[in-house]
Amino acid sequence: MKITVNGTAHLVDVEDDMPLLWVLRDELKIKGPKYGCGMALCRACTVHIDGEAVPSCSIPVKQAENRNITTIEGLGTPVAHHIVQQAWIEQQVAQCGYCQSGQIMTAAAFLEKNPRPTDAEIDEAMSPNLCRCGTYSRIRAAVKSAAAKMAER
Amino acid sequence: MNSSTETEAQKPASKSKLRTFGRRAFLVGSIAVAGGVAFGYYVVRKPHDNPLLDDLGADEATFNPWVKISPTTITLITPHVDLGQGVASMQAALIAEELDLELGQFTTASGKPSPAYYNTAMANDTVPFRSTDHGFEAEAMRGVMGAAVKVMGMQSTGGSSSTADSFDKLRAAGAVARETLKQAASNRTQIPVARLRTAAGAVILPNGSKIPYTDLAKEAAKIPAVTQVTLRPPSQWRLIGKPMERLDIVAKSTGTQIYGIDVDFEDMLYAAVKVSPRIGAGLVRYDASAAKQMRGVKRILDIPNGVAVIADNTWRAFQAANAIIFEWAASKAPEQAEHWKEVGRSFTEERLDKEWRNDGDVAQAMKQEKIVSAEYRAPYVAHQPLEPLNAVIRVTGDRVDIWTSHQAPGVAQQKIAEVTGLPVEGVRLHNQYAGGSFGHRLEFDYIILAAEIGRQMKNKTIKLTFSREEDFVHDYPRQISMARPRGSVKNGRVESYDLPIAAVSAARSYTKRLGMPVPGPDLMLAAGAWDMPYNIPNFRVTAYAVPEIVPTSSWRSVGASTSGFFADAFLDELIHAAGADPMAERLRLVNDISARRVLEAVAKMSKWGSALGPNRGRGVAMVTAFGVPVAEVIEVLATPEGVKIEKVYVAAEVGRIVDPVNFENHVQGAVVWGLGHAMNCEITYSNGQIQQENYHAHEAMRLHQCPEIIVQGLENGGEIKGIGEPPVPPAAPALANAIFAATGKRIREMPFNKHIAFV
Repeated sequence: MKITVNGTAHLVDVEDDMPLLWVLRDELKIKGPKYGCGMALCRACTVHIDGEAVPSCSIPVKQAENRNITTIEGLGTPVAHHIVQQAWIEQQVAQCGYCQSGQIMTAAAFLEKNPRPTDAEIDEAMSPNLCRCGTYSRIRAAVKSAAAKMAER
Repeated sequence: MNSSTETEAQKPASKSKLRTFGRRAFLVGSIAVAGGVAFGYYVVRKPHDNPLLDDLGADEATFNPWVKISPTTITLITPHVDLGQGVASMQAALIAEELDLELGQFTTASGKPSPAYYNTAMANDTVPFRSTDHGFEAEAMRGVMGAAVKVMGMQSTGGSSSTADSFDKLRAAGAVARETLKQAASNRTQIPVARLRTAAGAVILPNGSKIPYTDLAKEAAKIPAVTQVTLRPPSQWRLIGKPMERLDIVAKSTGTQIYGIDVDFEDMLYAAVKVSPRIGAGLVRYDASAAKQMRGVKRILDIPNGVAVIADNTWRAFQAANAIIFEWAASKAPEQAEHWKEVGRSFTEERLDKEWRNDGDVAQAMKQEKIVSAEYRAPYVAHQPLEPLNAVIRVTGDRVDIWTSHQAPGVAQQKIAEVTGLPVEGVRLHNQYAGGSFGHRLEFDYIILAAEIGRQMKNKTIKLTFSREEDFVHDYPRQISMARPRGSVKNGRVESYDLPIAAVSAARSYTKRLGMPVPGPDLMLAAGAWDMPYNIPNFRVTAYAVPEIVPTSSWRSVGASTSGFFADAFLDELIHAAGADPMAERLRLVNDISARRVLEAVAKMSKWGSALGPNRGRGVAMVTAFGVPVAEVIEVLATPEGVKIEKVYVAAEVGRIVDPVNFENHVQGAVVWGLGHAMNCEITYSNGQIQQENYHAHEAMRLHQCPEIIVQGLENGGEIKGIGEPPVPPAAPALANAIFAATGKRIREMPFNKHIAFV
């Protein structure tokens, strides 16, 4: 099966129903997406498929075939940050940081569609992503600051 | 560079004797050591060997266990494990402050577990005295416990102790390295040390030219460390007290932070486990015939009370484990309702753990006619950090390498040695950044299971990952607890308060599992209650120990998370019964200056007393935990769909703040933790098994329920304290008190959503 991750095509020999998360992590060694619950409850595994934020733990890899998969590694890099990543750094959002790849991927897809969100829309968009450390205040601030910058583009 | 004068002949005897004491009588949590114990002064003063000497290169210098300099790299050792609380950055900043390094000029490493990294601050909170009590007896006991920790070499992360433990020690480590490097520069240049200074990783000569530390490493390695150093006054600090960019913030914002679960090796295999989910009940039989046929499955291993599947991919291991048919033995653990009955039966003389406080004449006061009384409950709750338990292990010859995250790495190494039958000296624990812990990584099950798998799969590298379900059902939850407070009021004032609390002891459960049971009362049973800094004329706090029903463990803020709720919420009931203002009456009763300051601060921040408008209410609570008084005011709005938490104002006194940004983040997170679990979470047992197996059944707080949280840290000097846990306990009572103010409904049982809806 051929899947395209962050612009690179990979041939993988896996079952059709293996969740995309485990193809990324254990077969392709792309570790940004995290395993948290396996049931799309925490969204630490969030990636983009054709620009849509999805929980990769619950997407059979076959569904991702011939589509563009973007992980946090493809969003930006430690030296070239995406606007949302930059906001996350400026607001110093992370504590343990384990959920933050998923939070950032959710926020990035959301702001692409809705660059001028209301507070209520931010709350709704970000609530599927669980943070056990409780960094929600800073997540809100980072989404707002990223939105302001994206609106300037 | 060991400055010890102890003779070799003295060493083994004294060490082994004290180790024996330690294993028997020391604890990680909170039970006081009974009886008098004396350590030889010389043993306590003797510095532990510097573990960095073990693999030191010929051209590398080390000055103490925290600093290593090679011709290319400056490495700072940060032995307190970073569970998300930012202690790697905090520890590095303290060293860098005195060593004159800029952020970015050094790398950090967790170092290998060593007695050199003992935790003295944790010992301070294990003695049964109020942390504000500096009487002779209290100080003497702290000394004993501190000495025990040092001799034991108890390296641990917990009890909000990392900053307190590190603050002087790591600045001194930086200063020793700096002065030694200056001495090396002086030896080379023949310029007196007094005319040299340091900045940005270099010794600066009087003519302005610079010698980088890395260039001095080889020479510095050959001279004795300069140990007479003076720490800089706060006015000269460059880093401490100023906003700092956490060292891990870029990695954690770009998906490049490596956690234990991300550790990877070329030929690695993946393991999943299924261990009996029933408390105290083993495995009768299993059928793995289907699992064996599944793609990628390499081995099925028998492990104590369960099975491990070894496969070529984590998901394949999970799938195969799920395909095994198990028959588990029956558990003797009772149904949940019976747990509550057992707690309720424990307010007896026989189960008295300790009467912690008895001011005035409570017995006489309770004979009055108008007594206010209530029953409060707090259930089991789970830790469940987002990164599931995991470990990568490799056993080769008589060496074990394990990559994992653990709060007590030295004890973990001991456990691995026991399971593998190999000497503890051969066990290398590479402590990793953790995706949260909240007390979960004090436990050893995952370490023992990884060691068992490694023992059976020698010369292979295996990554064990717990499925979320396996993690949930094997979590050792927070203690279950109940209080039956009574009290009376007189002339608009709180007159008497009798607070009996019955709880299972998480500390005793833990030390029993460790094989180190300890005598004495458990300080945590009534933590946050008996030490309430209030002058109530008749005031008694009594703790009753419920015998263990199921195993429990330390959960962020431990005893105060339950007892602090009971203590403050019932005080609020008494204040309302007296017709007094909740803030004014607390301020009238308070007898500790720090506690008064945090109350005054939140009163001001929240504009206490100002009009809120219809259907809104305000509640205040103040609890002292781990020596840190924290006051919180919560504002709620009662809507037809449920209660909305709008704002939380927090004031905490920690003596001094190392990094105000991380401080604020941490306080906000602790409030979310305290609120989310008080509102929405409980763990229950049926058929001897935890019934909640994933986050939908134990959700805590999500972003849409998160209030605005406004934080003020007070820095009135004195001892520096940690902030990881103290803001947790006041959150629940402040919310209960606010809900009462808004709705007239008094909630006395967690989770609150059993009694009221939240939006």
